[in-house]
Amino acid sequence: MTRPVPLRKSPSGIGGRQTFVIVGAGQAGSQAACTLREAGFHGRIVLIGDETQGPYMRPPLSKKFLAGDFDEDRLYLRPEAFYRSSDIELMLGASVESIDASACRVHLNNGLRLGYDKLLIATGSRPCRLHVPGSDGPGIHYLKTLDDSLRLRAVIAAGKRIVVVGGGYIGLEVAATAATAGARVSVLEVGERVLGRVTTESLSSFVEKKHRERGVEIHCGSRVVSFEGGDRLRSVSCEGFETEADIALVGIGAVPNVELAQLAGLACGDGILVDAHCRTSIDNVFAAGDCTSHPSRFASHRLRLESVQNAVDQAGIAAHNMCGDERIYDRVPWFWSQQYEYKLQSAGVLEGCDEIVERGDRERGSFALLYRRAGALIAVDAVNMAGEYLAARKQIAEQTARPPEGVVPGRAGQRAA
Amino acid sequence: MPKITFVQPDGSRQTVEAPQGVSVMDAARGVNVRGLRGECGGEILCSTCHCYVDDAWLERLPPRMKKEADLIDFVWEPQERSRLTCQLVLTEALDGIVVHVPAEQI
Repeated sequence: MTRPVPLRKSPSGIGGRQTFVIVGAGQAGSQAACTLREAGFHGRIVLIGDETQGPYMRPPLSKKFLAGDFDEDRLYLRPEAFYRSSDIELMLGASVESIDASACRVHLNNGLRLGYDKLLIATGSRPCRLHVPGSDGPGIHYLKTLDDSLRLRAVIAAGKRIVVVGGGYIGLEVAATAATAGARVSVLEVGERVLGRVTTESLSSFVEKKHRERGVEIHCGSRVVSFEGGDRLRSVSCEGFETEADIALVGIGAVPNVELAQLAGLACGDGILVDAHCRTSIDNVFAAGDCTSHPSRFASHRLRLESVQNAVDQAGIAAHNMCGDERIYDRVPWFWSQQYEYKLQSAGVLEGCDEIVERGDRERGSFALLYRRAGALIAVDAVNMAGEYLAARKQIAEQTARPPEGVVPGRAGQRAA
Repeated sequence: MPKITFVQPDGSRQTVEAPQGVSVMDAARGVNVRGLRGECGGEILCSTCHCYVDDAWLERLPPRMKKEADLIDFVWEPQERSRLTCQLVLTEALDGIVVHVPAEQI
């Protein structure tokens, strides 16, 4: 085990001669680089990303950007000039092949070996692959990157038949975007309802209804068994029925990118295991964002979250702690989605909910579901009711104590994981 | 191009230039304004781009839309001059605008 490196504190700032390496140039990696500078770190920052584009926002990729209503320029979190002026070395189109934690060095695919004083792993997550006959054929899309979104955008058009495999947020957002563009959309969900992994029946039924009103067919309890076609996709088969398709979008969840960390000997479970300070099991190595499994005062178990909030907040905490601080990551998890004219916002962790209170008017498309446990607000789902949502989020932050061990997870389990 | 000055709670200032039609929040990305996060990217969802507009500029701004006002009720220490910077679109008339970053976002 290496020992923590004491940071040299000089009048000009922190860590002047040190090198901090960040693996992963997504929302978390980018935020960490910015926060390191805000925190006064004056050493070398190297931000390594395997995509060719600079750090960008992913949420619009399944919504406005996919619809063509959001300029690519606006996706970028910072202009290129910002990284130059902040002296952040952006190393794009490069991937880290291994981490030698005993020598404090990363090895890149371009042959470069880069020593670090502290390392942040922000490798994110990737879509789960569906492995059935025909799943490697043409016309089958996944959505994670800007390039994925561009490819999908190029083929979505009025009259096209689009089959969405998976009724989670990504799938439903793409379904909404495609239906709005005039495509004929079917959603195949293996569970008994859409969003079954992240919310309650009450919200799921509203969302299903709104999709059906737009002509989207939703088939729950439908497991895909094969994709049919030769030179192009023709249909998607489930047990008992077949749906004609020109394009399929598979959105069946994500897996954390932990392989690099595992190879380096870092403790991993469902994600890279970090403590509340974003430290991994090896000194001087931190992790943040989708790739982590972290303790939370809002849950009786570790959480792995795929959200902008988690990426930004955890990366900020990690960056401060890389500079010698002792901050704790404990913000309320929150998440949003947009489908048609509905803005869905969620906060908290749905665990052991014993009471649901509904506010607003769902018939008019504006309502909030407040989830309580033993009288305390633990989570909220809001549809076009941002004020109610923010008030609830504040209240959750103030009230929630960690649920006792042994609390039965609510039907919805943990959200956004 | 219109200029915007961001003032931190400690009094430090950053000035940035951005084209007309760009929001104050998007303009802030060019210099990484501490405490102005804009996590939802301008969708009027999160309130983390909340700022206080300098009194001298308040009257030159269009009024808050309902969605913006709904969120401002719940930001950290709302004031009369509170705005979500994702909703402030730069025009020549706003050249020189000064906005104050709050000490916290919720």
